[in-house]
Amino acid sequence: MALLQISEPGMSATPHQHRLAVGIDLGTTNSLVATVRSGLSGVLSDTHGHALLPSVVHYNADNSVEVGYEAQKKQNNDPHNTIVSAKRFMGRSLKDIDTSLLPYKFIDAVSSVGIVQIETRAGAKSPVEVSAEILKVLKARAESSLGGELVGAVITVPAYFDDAQRQATKDAARLAGLNVLRLLNEPTAAAVAYGLDNASQGTYVIYDLGGGTFDISILKLNRGVFEVLATNGDSALGGDDFDQRIFCWILETCKLSPRNAQDTRLLLSKAREAKEWLTEHAEANISCLLSDGEFVNLTLFYEHFIELTNNLVQKTLSPMRKAMRDTGLNIEDINGVVMVGGATRMPQIRKTVADFFKQTPLTNLDPDKVVALGAAIQANTLAGNKSDTDLLLLDVIPLSLGLETFGGLAEKVIHRNSTLPVARAQEFTTYKDGQTAMSIHVVQGERELVSDCRSLARFELRGIPPMVAGATRIRVTFTVDADGLLSVSACETSSNKEANIIVKPSYGLSEDEITNMLKASFTSAEQDKVARMLVEARVDAGAIVEAVSAALKVDSALLTAEEKHLIEVEINTLKNIALTENTDAIHQAIEVLNHATEIFAARRMDVSIGEAFNGKNLDTINL
Amino acid sequence: MTQNYFELFGLEAMFGIDQTLLEINYRRIQSESHPDRFVTGTPTEKLKSMQLATLANEAYQTLKSPANRAAYFLTLKGITTITETNTAMPSDFLMQQMEWREAIEDAKVAKNMSVLDDLLTEIKQEAKALNAELISAIDTQKDYGAATKSTRKLIFMDKLTIDINKVIELIEN
Repeated sequence: MALLQISEPGMSATPHQHRLAVGIDLGTTNSLVATVRSGLSGVLSDTHGHALLPSVVHYNADNSVEVGYEAQKKQNNDPHNTIVSAKRFMGRSLKDIDTSLLPYKFIDAVSSVGIVQIETRAGAKSPVEVSAEILKVLKARAESSLGGELVGAVITVPAYFDDAQRQATKDAARLAGLNVLRLLNEPTAAAVAYGLDNASQGTYVIYDLGGGTFDISILKLNRGVFEVLATNGDSALGGDDFDQRIFCWILETCKLSPRNAQDTRLLLSKAREAKEWLTEHAEANISCLLSDGEFVNLTLFYEHFIELTNNLVQKTLSPMRKAMRDTGLNIEDINGVVMVGGATRMPQIRKTVADFFKQTPLTNLDPDKVVALGAAIQANTLAGNKSDTDLLLLDVIPLSLGLETFGGLAEKVIHRNSTLPVARAQEFTTYKDGQTAMSIHVVQGERELVSDCRSLARFELRGIPPMVAGATRIRVTFTVDADGLLSVSACETSSNKEANIIVKPSYGLSEDEITNMLKASFTSAEQDKVARMLVEARVDAGAIVEAVSAALKVDSALLTAEEKHLIEVEINTLKNIALTENTDAIHQAIEVLNHATEIFAARRMDVSIGEAFNGKNLDTINL
Repeated sequence: MTQNYFELFGLEAMFGIDQTLLEINYRRIQSESHPDRFVTGTPTEKLKSMQLATLANEAYQTLKSPANRAAYFLTLKGITTITETNTAMPSDFLMQQMEWREAIEDAKVAKNMSVLDDLLTEIKQEAKALNAELISAIDTQKDYGAATKSTRKLIFMDKLTIDINKVIELIEN
């Protein structure tokens, strides 16, 4: 294999040469890549002329991966292995996600703290890995159409993304081998594309309703400086929710029982088609054949669609009011309202926004492309390419950062809408005489109680010189960089020695995990598959050994000495075989142990049923 | 950094600053020092840019808000506006505060938005009057004792505004 020469990002281009940089809109539904060529920002299309890349990833049986339209075709037939809207799960743990309507097998990851994973035939996949597949395709598209290696990329995120979601996005980019020049807030990117096109001055509102996220940003534009005054939103509200409403309506109207994953995906696709059709039509026909032979044939009228989704539209009003209040501005102070995101095509959205701001919103740029176009302009500037306009973006942090104090209360250290970069220090003291350690809990959110905020990191400061209560001075400094990412440092200032530690929030992927993932992606797919099957077999073996051993401890009275001995022998055999690398032998040994414990399992079942019923009336038994 | 916030933006240290000049100079400093200008820079350049941009943001936010600007000006004169031992306020002002607080509580229970909107307007008027007092006390009279009192009142008004907005948010949800 020939060795590839890879130069350091940013160093490869000779001076005065145009550095290749792109803007990437990593969307919930669709993703795009754009770049600035000859001073103009444009979206890069694939070889078929498609600008949009559906944010869908399909894992094949042969371990290969498909992304985009090809993957989208598989979603109805193979929903478990086709991940749609992975962005909704970025930086989220299982408890954050409403899994009831989604056709995936979610698992709470063991290795990465608090990150959710989805079980596929190619193994458990985190949303970070799924997003990285999308980014890889866009990177390849850009490099082939621009004819060179990229210096870097600006990747957009919803303005209302918290620290965990931002970190996850950055991890995905690194996994895809992209040098991230900056994470840029989507509404700000849209403002750049819009503002520079129109040479606008004044105060603008960006209303950005995407597939899965809602953002509102209020910006002041002045000679190429884009100053974000306030931002607000809902990182779990978007066009997908409108599909869900139609989906639920179909189930209800047709009195359908809960559906399997295929039907769920099929009906969601039909719901989405109906939603899009209703943008320009008074009624939409929904018809499809379900897996059990049941036929769905319905007509959804526009008026009824508005009714079904009215409270979703209303849900966008509260963030709008909050953002306006934070700026202290009145409706009359707003010079223009820009609509961004595919979901803003819905007429009821446009009407609601127009009524609220008492002006017709601006829709002259394609709401699907405007974010990528703006990101490309920022990427071009950051990469050091000369441009006519002196562009500067001053963005803000969307959610307050704080620390847990006495009684589970959150003490805000950096307030929302502070301009980035920002640093703020807070002093703390000890509570007891001679206290030498202090535990610090970093949270993000606006609520008073820590339990209502998002937990970002917990760490302990040790080695505090013992002093009387209240004499120690611990200074905790929060720093948020231009990407909106937080780092926390703490030092003890009362003693002469300054202990200084830097804490990166503890969620998400560790440095090691990223390195391992990168390494793993270099090894051949076949090796990967074999290794994974072995690991899975070992995990299965471990689980059954543990379960049987635990049962033996409790219920060995149910077995004769001979029966018990036989099971123990098989446990030991399996334990030993699990140490080898023979996957098939491990599976066989699992089977043998399963067989050996059949009688034992049956007897335990009898006993537990007997216990459950013992002394209870039928109506008190929970079945 | 030996410069104070006023000097950083090329402003004379006073209460009645030129807001437009503050904005222009803030944007100029950020245009030169923002981390976006040093994405391909050396680690030292990046660190320096981060520090200067952070300082400029902090300084700008301080000088933009009248209450913070007055408090900062007095700090430069060695006066701490709010201390744990020095919280005495004129009794008529405290009475007025209590009345407002009661009105907020009542509006919260009754979910009466228009009362809250009216209160915000009233407080804005009051803050305007305090601004005039501060221009006179700091810039003309150089009576820092009077300025400290007015600043403290202004800080109270800011807190009141924040609390009213919180109640409005609560009612909206």
